Amino acid sequence: MRLTSRYRFSASHRLDTPALSPEENRRLYGKCNNPHGHGHDYVLDVSVTGPVDAASGQVVNIQTLDRLVAERILRDFDHKYLNADVREFEDFIPTSENIIRVMEDRLKSHWRESFAGDWPCLEKIRLRETRRNQFELASRK
Amino acid sequence: MFLTRKAEFSASHVCANPAWSADRNQAVYGNNANPNGHGHNYVLEVTLTGDPDPVTGMVFDLRQLKEILNREVVDPMDHRFLNKEVPPFDRVIPTTENLAVEIWKRIEPQIRRDGVRLQNVRLYETADLYVDYGGER
Repeated sequence: MRLTSRYRFSASHRLDTPALSPEENRRLYGKCNNPHGHGHDYVLDVSVTGPVDAASGQVVNIQTLDRLVAERILRDFDHKYLNADVREFEDFIPTSENIIRVMEDRLKSHWRESFAGDWPCLEKIRLRETRRNQFELASRK
Repeated sequence: MFLTRKAEFSASHVCANPAWSADRNQAVYGNNANPNGHGHNYVLEVTLTGDPDPVTGMVFDLRQLKEILNREVVDPMDHRFLNKEVPPFDRVIPTTENLAVEIWKRIEPQIRRDGVRLQNVRLYETADLYVDYGGER
C-alpha cells in the first residue's frame, strides 16, 4: 500500500552559480537569475509504502508523518529565501532538483526517529514548482 | 494500455480502535477519532490494464465499468456513515487504506477477464491525501 500526503510552502530563491560569469548565468538561468530572487508556491507530495498495520488499519501514522515533514522541511522552507535562510543552499544552487535532494536527505536522516520499525518506507518525493514544472525523486534505500 | 475511471462519493466515518483508550486513539488518528464522526468527499480512481479489443477498440466497456463502480461503491457508500451502514466497516476501521482494500475486493472479480485486470485503486480522502492499492497482501 502506498500513501501520498501533500504539503505546501511558499519560498523565494535565486539561481546563480559561481562557476559561471554573470553574463553566462543570465543566459543559463534567464529570469531565475534575477539578482533579487523570486518566489513560488511549491507543492510537495511525500509517498510512503508498507503493509497496512492490522491494529490501526494504516500504512503510516499520518500525524507522525505530518510532524516529521513540518519539523524537518516546512519550518525551514516556508516563507523563506532559500539561498539565505536554508543552510544547505549556502553553497548549493536551489534548483528544484537540488531542493528535492535536500528534502530527501532531511527526511531520511530523521526517519528512524519517527518510524522505528522496518515500515513504512519513504518511496518518493514529488515537488511542483509551478503548474508547469514538477520533479520526482525515487528515494534510495 | 492503462484506462482510468473516476467516481466520487461523500461519506462520514470514525477511525478508532475499540480495543484502545480514547487517548491512544487520539494519538493515532487525531481528529479522525472524534466519536460522532465527520465526512469527506472521496474521489476514487480505478485503473485497468489490458490491450484494446481488436473489434471494439476498447480495453473495457466504460459503461459497464461505471455500472460496476456505481453498484459496488457509489450506491452503497454515498451519503452514508460507513461505520454504521456499510459492512464490513462495523468491525473494520474505515481508514483510507482499508476502504481501498474493500473497494478492490468488491470490484476486482467483476473486472478480471481475458487480457484485462485491475491495476490500481487510488482513493483520495481529501485533495491532499490519497492511497494507492494494487492488490498486494
